[in-house]
Amino acid sequence: MFSVFRDLIRYNIEFTIGVVLVGVIVAFSLLSFASPVDPTAIYTTIPDMPPSAEFWFGTNSRGQDLFWQLTFAFRNTLFFGLTVAVLSRIISITVGLTAGYLGGWTDRTLMFFNDIFVAIPIFPILILFYFVLRNNLDMMKLALIMACFGWPFDARLIRSVALGLKHREFTRHAVFAGMSPARIMYEEHLPYVMPIVFSTAMANMIWSIGLEVTLAVLGFTNINVPTVGTALYWANNHSAMVVGVWWWIVIPVVLIVMTFLGLFLLAVSMNEYIDPRSRLRRMGA
Amino acid sequence: MKDYLTFALKRFLQLLAVVFTGISVAFFVSYLSPISPVETIIGRVAGQSAYSPEAIESLRQTLTELFGLNVPLHERYFNFLGRFLVGDLGPSLLAFPTPAMKLVMLALPWTVGLLTVSTILTWLIGNILGGLAGYYQNSRLLKAFGVVAIGIQPIPYYIVAFLMVIIFGFLWPVLPISGGFSMNVRPSWSPEFAVSILRHAILPAASLVIVGLGTWFLGMRALVSNIVTEDYVTYAELAGVKRERIVSSYVIRNAIVPQLTALAMALGGIFSGTIITEQVFSYPGLGTLLVRAVNAGDSAVVLAVSCIAVIAVATAIFLIDLLHPLLDPRIKAE
Repeated sequence: MFSVFRDLIRYNIEFTIGVVLVGVIVAFSLLSFASPVDPTAIYTTIPDMPPSAEFWFGTNSRGQDLFWQLTFAFRNTLFFGLTVAVLSRIISITVGLTAGYLGGWTDRTLMFFNDIFVAIPIFPILILFYFVLRNNLDMMKLALIMACFGWPFDARLIRSVALGLKHREFTRHAVFAGMSPARIMYEEHLPYVMPIVFSTAMANMIWSIGLEVTLAVLGFTNINVPTVGTALYWANNHSAMVVGVWWWIVIPVVLIVMTFLGLFLLAVSMNEYIDPRSRLRRMGA
Repeated sequence: MKDYLTFALKRFLQLLAVVFTGISVAFFVSYLSPISPVETIIGRVAGQSAYSPEAIESLRQTLTELFGLNVPLHERYFNFLGRFLVGDLGPSLLAFPTPAMKLVMLALPWTVGLLTVSTILTWLIGNILGGLAGYYQNSRLLKAFGVVAIGIQPIPYYIVAFLMVIIFGFLWPVLPISGGFSMNVRPSWSPEFAVSILRHAILPAASLVIVGLGTWFLGMRALVSNIVTEDYVTYAELAGVKRERIVSSYVIRNAIVPQLTALAMALGGIFSGTIITEQVFSYPGLGTLLVRAVNAGDSAVVLAVSCIAVIAVATAIFLIDLLHPLLDPRIKAE
């Protein structure tokens, strides 16, 4: 595991940039644990102060110190993305490995549902959920709903790998040794799909955080929980750009773009690493 | 030919299954809604002047019947499916008593037009540039474009659209940033109206193209840079086939098939993007209607928009899948 990491750092500049960007954002969000202010309280400082030595990121029109406010926002957003990624990975691994290994009717049934889920546009459905749940739609429920829609692409990908593994020698050995299908899937096949799981997890985080930001910007989540989306929502609500409080919008946007770029570069470089041909080309062999 | 028809029929059955599942999910989710349309309308009516309690009670009964709320859930579900087939989803609240479906049908052409044009443009430009970048790997210009694409690709729709509003609305106001056409132009088949529509569509469409371009560019470049190492490309080069011909009919032709599959799979996401874009640019399409309906608590319109969205996206995927065997003769319509 460590040697893979070392190779990636040495030969893959995209991976290094990705690690640095995501690392900076994660460190920034961890600062929230040392925060001196309550993120839900408003009018605790002077409103509308530009970035200065005292307020690094300035303060917003609601009298909140943007620096600490954004540490909480990023902690919640990253945690949200991670939850969706983990939950949807569990579904996609289970469905993908089962469909690929068992084949036959199981495969056809699972892929039938898979194709249905791919075709359903999620955004109107999410808005429908907000419409029904209103402010009861907290981060965990939203994460659960999105995990239920975020697995089909990756399940198909995992299935295609599992299909290939099924006919390999070691699978037959395992069958003759009397391993149950469940154990073969989880002990023999799972390690082979792990790289795909990691790289799709990054892509999935970009997807889920992007949707969360969009929903929140429209005001369709619980706007009192600090996230990147709600930070932008409040900025729009107070017409920050028009009244000249540009830092309220520019700083979160720059940070979220850094997050997306970092995650994207990690996903791309891992994807490239999975393919031995492009890995060798890069290492100059 | 017979094979192709069986394939088309199978895919059509799948389309029906997708639509059925989608609208059922939408129905059951909206059933949980705590907002009663009957009480909302009664509140609106009773707020305007005083009525006798009997009049209110009879109004309540009439409205309950009008919305079909006086029967148990399973019956409501079958009623919903039956009425859905004839395109009737009940009256809207936004503009009571206009049918919800009529509002949706007024908004639909805007979204479909914007989405079709921008998706086709994005897909073509991204794939052609990506294909060239994969084949001519030493071109400085295309390399620079690749870096820009990597930078822009992960930014969400909302932020790009918002930046465009700031740039073209405040810093350099040359294009209209809101609405579908100018206030002072009458909707008709006239050149002024067409120009007005086009001018208003430029920014929303451009934001969709900018965000989408990177994905197709990067995907195509990766595919092509794998294909150029294949033996048949080397052979064609050795045999002296013209370079342009190799790029277009040997390399891009082969890479276009997985990209078409990817387009079918990405349509749902592109549709979500349109909703945001419309909202940011106040474009009079489905997205704006959906947001207005949610804010007004209009469940009929929300349900109608969701159902139409499911049908539209599923149908588009179906059409793309039908193209598939025609483009790739290797796929023998399973």
